[in-house]
Amino acid sequence: MEDKTIICRCEDVTLEEIRKAIAEGARTLDEIKRLKRCGMGPCQGRTCRPLIAGEIARMTGQNPAELALPTFRPPVVPLKLGTLARGGVPDEQA
Amino acid sequence: MNRHEVIIIGGGVTGCSIAYHLAERGMRDVAVLERAYLTSGATGRCGAGFRHQWGTKTNCLLAKYAIARLEHLAEELDYPEGIEIKQEGYLLLAYTPKMEEQFKKNLALQKSLGIDARWVTPREAREIVPFLNTEGLLGATFCPKDGHANPFKVTDAYARAARRLGVKIHTYTEVRDIKIEGSLKTVITNRGTFQAPVVVNAAGGHAAEIGRMVGVDLPIVPERHQILVTEPVEQVLGPMVMSFYHNLYCQQTPHGSFIMGLGDPNEPKEYNVRSSWQFLTQMARKAVWLLPVLKNVRVVRQWAGVYDMSPDRQPVLGEVPGVPGFYVAAGFSGHGFMIAPMTGQLMAEVILGLPTTLPVDMFSLSRFTTGELFVEPSVV
Repeated sequence: MEDKTIICRCEDVTLEEIRKAIAEGARTLDEIKRLKRCGMGPCQGRTCRPLIAGEIARMTGQNPAELALPTFRPPVVPLKLGTLARGGVPDEQA
Repeated sequence: MNRHEVIIIGGGVTGCSIAYHLAERGMRDVAVLERAYLTSGATGRCGAGFRHQWGTKTNCLLAKYAIARLEHLAEELDYPEGIEIKQEGYLLLAYTPKMEEQFKKNLALQKSLGIDARWVTPREAREIVPFLNTEGLLGATFCPKDGHANPFKVTDAYARAARRLGVKIHTYTEVRDIKIEGSLKTVITNRGTFQAPVVVNAAGGHAAEIGRMVGVDLPIVPERHQILVTEPVEQVLGPMVMSFYHNLYCQQTPHGSFIMGLGDPNEPKEYNVRSSWQFLTQMARKAVWLLPVLKNVRVVRQWAGVYDMSPDRQPVLGEVPGVPGFYVAAGFSGHGFMIAPMTGQLMAEVILGLPTTLPVDMFSLSRFTTGELFVEPSVV
């Protein structure tokens, strides 16, 4: 992968930025998420999480299996406020 | 054994700000102990707003001084990526005559302290927020200098500045116990033992637990507050909209996402950071009623955090009577982030025995025994 490769497609975070955060001391997915916003977009980290975990493991010599994952938070998929306000009834049925 | 002059427990915005302000005044042998990552507690879970519009003189002044600092914080701390500051005001909605009366009282107080806030009619409120539902609205107060800053960036900026001055920050280091022998405090953690004559308890929702380790009863209890964030969209909402009647707040961040939260008066006083589906539907109903344009915006994430509530919704700041060298900066009751620049400065001044920029005596823990409480009326 190249430095300019986009790791987080929701928030346009590049590999270079992830590497910089790790080089500056970040050791966990939680720290990188909060500083760089990767994992906070519509996909909630489904794409970037394993890529960043791999990069942390590679740069810090940690075992990727032992890296703590950020909390998986609801909702599972993005939901419109209007749908939620109607108790879960989507537009097309309202 | 790690020996220091000052140990700060808690790596939220308050702890990092205190560390920076101590170091900036020459006290550089400081260690910050954080149980998880920086901002993992209330700081990183908060609504990310700041406002001048308070109901007590002390809060108005703290906010005024703190916001003046936030406006130039990126330069002060040499943080080139910036703290995502936005100043498009807070619109506080009044629905009952009692609320209107309180708000007008607050405005008079704010005006006397040089804060530029004003009463707006429902029609004027719609000029500020064109899609606001004004049904039942009596009016609102508006202060254009209120706004938003990114709590992660603010804390990171303080932490980096503190580190450059020599402060040691230990993350994933959880305090298990504190022993006091003479003036020396020994802090036992999962990652070794630390010693210092001065310990600062900036542990937010965990402050009472830390207090108990030195035999001090702090009347600070955790109270869960829930919050959600949407996908980012084009900028449409200038100010933070806040309604004490609905117990809600909603703002659009510079990033484009909406952040909104609800307070629940029946929330049990316990440490709980799980989120609930009931919040999600209630929040959606209230937000869509108040700001109908939000109905097509998608929620991407919800979470919860705890306010560190004190009996009068005001922080405890200063040295604990009877335990020399043990200081508290906690009990912020939902407004710790926005005043953190001043909390850090005042605590550093108190610890170093310097004259304080603003009066701090009223924040002493002793007010709960003498009964000199000063309740903040305007909190969600």
